[in-house]
Amino acid sequence: MKIIILGAGQVGGTLAEHLADEQNDITVVDERAATLKRLQERLDIRTVLGNGAHPSTLMSAGANDADMLIAVTDSDEINMLACSVAFTLFRTPTKISRVRSTDYLSEHAALFKSGAIPVDVIIGPEQLVTRNIEQLIANPGSLQVLDFADGRIRLVAVKAVAGGPIVGRELQEIREHMPRVDTRVAAIFRRLGDPIIPEGSTVVEPDDEVFFIAAREHIRDVTAELRDVDKPYHRIMIAGGGNIGATLAGRLEKQYQVKVIERSYDRCRTLSDLLEGSIVLHGSGNEPMLLRQENIENTDVFCALTDNDESNIMMSMLAKRLGAKKVITLITNSAYADLIGEEIDIAISPQQITISSLLAHVRRGDISAVHSLRRGAAEAIELTAHGDARSSKVVGQRLDALKLPSSVTVGAILRGDDVLIAHSNVVVEANDHVILFLTDRTQISAVEKLFAVGFGFI
Amino acid sequence: MQFAMAFKIIGVLLILFSSAMLPSLLLSVISQDGIESAFAIGFGATLAAGILLWLPNRLHRRDLNIRDGFLVTALFWIVLGLFGAIPLWITPQLNLSPVAAIFESISGLTTTGATVITGLDALPQSLLLYRQLLQWLGGIGIIVLAVAILPMLGIGGMQLYRAESAGPSKDRKLTPRITSTAKALFGIYLLLTVACALSYFAAGMSPFDALCHAFSTVAIGGFSTHDASLGHYDEHAILLVSSLFMLFSAINFGLHFVALQRRTARVYARDSETAFFITVITLATVVTCSLLLTTETLGLEDSLIHGFFQTVSIATTTGFTTQDFSIWPLFLPILLLMLSFMGGCVGSTGGGMKAMRILLIFRQGVRELRQLLHPNAVIPLKLDARRVQTEVISAVWSFFAVYMFCFVMIWLALLATNLDFISAFSAVVATMNNLGPGLGEVSGDYGSVSEVGKLLLCLAMLMGRLEVFTLLVLFTPAFWRH
Repeated sequence: MKIIILGAGQVGGTLAEHLADEQNDITVVDERAATLKRLQERLDIRTVLGNGAHPSTLMSAGANDADMLIAVTDSDEINMLACSVAFTLFRTPTKISRVRSTDYLSEHAALFKSGAIPVDVIIGPEQLVTRNIEQLIANPGSLQVLDFADGRIRLVAVKAVAGGPIVGRELQEIREHMPRVDTRVAAIFRRLGDPIIPEGSTVVEPDDEVFFIAAREHIRDVTAELRDVDKPYHRIMIAGGGNIGATLAGRLEKQYQVKVIERSYDRCRTLSDLLEGSIVLHGSGNEPMLLRQENIENTDVFCALTDNDESNIMMSMLAKRLGAKKVITLITNSAYADLIGEEIDIAISPQQITISSLLAHVRRGDISAVHSLRRGAAEAIELTAHGDARSSKVVGQRLDALKLPSSVTVGAILRGDDVLIAHSNVVVEANDHVILFLTDRTQISAVEKLFAVGFGFI
Repeated sequence: MQFAMAFKIIGVLLILFSSAMLPSLLLSVISQDGIESAFAIGFGATLAAGILLWLPNRLHRRDLNIRDGFLVTALFWIVLGLFGAIPLWITPQLNLSPVAAIFESISGLTTTGATVITGLDALPQSLLLYRQLLQWLGGIGIIVLAVAILPMLGIGGMQLYRAESAGPSKDRKLTPRITSTAKALFGIYLLLTVACALSYFAAGMSPFDALCHAFSTVAIGGFSTHDASLGHYDEHAILLVSSLFMLFSAINFGLHFVALQRRTARVYARDSETAFFITVITLATVVTCSLLLTTETLGLEDSLIHGFFQTVSIATTTGFTTQDFSIWPLFLPILLLMLSFMGGCVGSTGGGMKAMRILLIFRQGVRELRQLLHPNAVIPLKLDARRVQTEVISAVWSFFAVYMFCFVMIWLALLATNLDFISAFSAVVATMNNLGPGLGEVSGDYGSVSEVGKLLLCLAMLMGRLEVFTLLVLFTPAFWRH
């Protein structure tokens, strides 16, 4: 597939990296020559220097026969205009644009259609991050919560803690502990060594990062097997009242007691007008006095969401020391993500989340959801099985008979409205949505090949 | 200052006002009750004065500025109060001193409902109709004042209600918008009056009484055609009809307008002032009824009906009575008098300090408490999900302070006229909040109050009705300076 990516920033660059691995023709457009040069040295891509919205730039980037345009420059306006130009001049089939401003997003139904601004897919990183954090808060104890099938099935990452009923025991005992609850552990990541594709006899050890798949209503029960589940959260403190902080507070304030700390007084006033139930505090998240005064030791979740990574990390560590039960930290620089230690419970990377959401649209075939995990090393995908027993290598097969690469597990199957947790005796039917977990992302093409419909079908 | 313009307007108002005496004159001639001369003289004098003021100034055509607005507004009630007193003063049966007549007239026009006349049942119908009509006309004036003029003058936080489209012009003018707003509001006022009269009639009043009481109910006035007020009637239906219309009239007429325009009752639920007002009334009703029951002052049914009616009547500052509530356990009359400090909503015919101001003061208190707990918090004071500007809050606070100060001053002055403590207190509460009946000596009528006392109470009524500042501003030297 021929793909043009506008903007060689963090998202653009990482996306190019992901996609170049998958045998696509990638062209990256940016106005900064140095950035492009660095990218080209690293990856097998083409780069074009220029303003992404200019027709001439798009032309030299090969817009004439491009299959897809992904506009992820820093400017919403350039992104939208580029999509419009590409549609008008080059009839580019798929146009994806990142739009940050909530002003545009709140009117998206009217704005983004072929008569107005022809954008096929809108990616709003702030919205994605907000939803992500909201899920983490709604599911106490989880490190990551990923939706499939519109949220009916979830993939949840939990750190096992000594004392959880299943910790130190074999996985197959889960069934005995909870006969009603159906779940499947997709993978276990241990601090040392390769990821483990679990079997019934696999023993869960403390500090294991366990990925399991279950229906939405069973998440809490399964989490309770792996650790003492935190009580449902009540008190949330958010440091940083930018877009993400404000939207998050607005969505949480009906159910939780929310405090927002913001440094700029003017912004505080705007926030206090905007928010109904939250308490808006003027100050900084790295003032111990303020944190203590606002009862940090009774806070269930502290979210550091300023636009400064260093501040976020430091104030999260401070909050944790002062007694916050759990901290969620926004970290943009992926290099930092590897550095963080015990104090920070969950690090959120906006790029990672944005890329996951972009990938679902870029991947060919019938992939309807992609979640990039563990900083891109692993992936969880939802794809549709087509054809019949004759044309497909998947349909009509029992799950244990599928010729999947060793690093891939089937987590669940969505058949119509039914959720089937993948046990070995389940038989795949046509139009099933299959949720797969890949501990090694490079195996994606093997999986796609397996699910592709043979010539007999056509 | 443009006296010419102010005189012209007052002249026009007087000419219009003179027509208020025509229905009574007509009724008097038809029924031959012998007092037609009183109305004829009143009509003639008012009309003549009006023409005298209007004629020399009729060619003036300038927009009013803010100062003229204050002057005209204050003069409106004072001048009309004086001329309205003429027929009452002349009527021989009443035998009123000029001061007493003025008191009665101002009490009518400010929709207070305090009276100096006894033996109402024996008076000619023409005179009774005239008193009711005074209240009804006063009611219109109040609505226009509250919705169109006070917001523009920005009194006591009323700039909250200023029309958004006023524009940034430097010298704010009273725009022609007032005319159209006033027309719409007059329509609603008329509609409510007709509905109220029909309901009273259906509930069992005579047509004459139904109309008269409709006038004073919708105006939140409280004048009645009987000495016993609504206690004259036994039917509970009448009391319920009355309570309902008092509540209606105590809600912002602007809201009624919007509700009619959009044909939905949801605007009431979404308005925090109305919600607050209804909540307070409900709580007060529950307290009143249960206390009447537990102290066995009244039986079960009477406790509920009269408790509800009396609470609504006093709290909305109407001042209809069924029972002599001054002999109820002392807590209740005092509670109800205190409630009258709140009065109706902004933009209604009700008196008092208005529910909106009390609500803002209450929220400010809550805000202050939260601020103590979170010293660094930025906590806005919100009304209907919108931030209320600090200037508005401080205006409301100063309104409260000045209102209370004036209250205490008039009370002290009244004590100096040898009125007893509780009578003086309740008399000032009842007049300043435009309520009507008080306690002690003034629980029935104000005839026994001294002449000086009556004048003081006239001042209190005008102050309450003109939201204190409109009247006080006339006494500042800077106002008269060019």
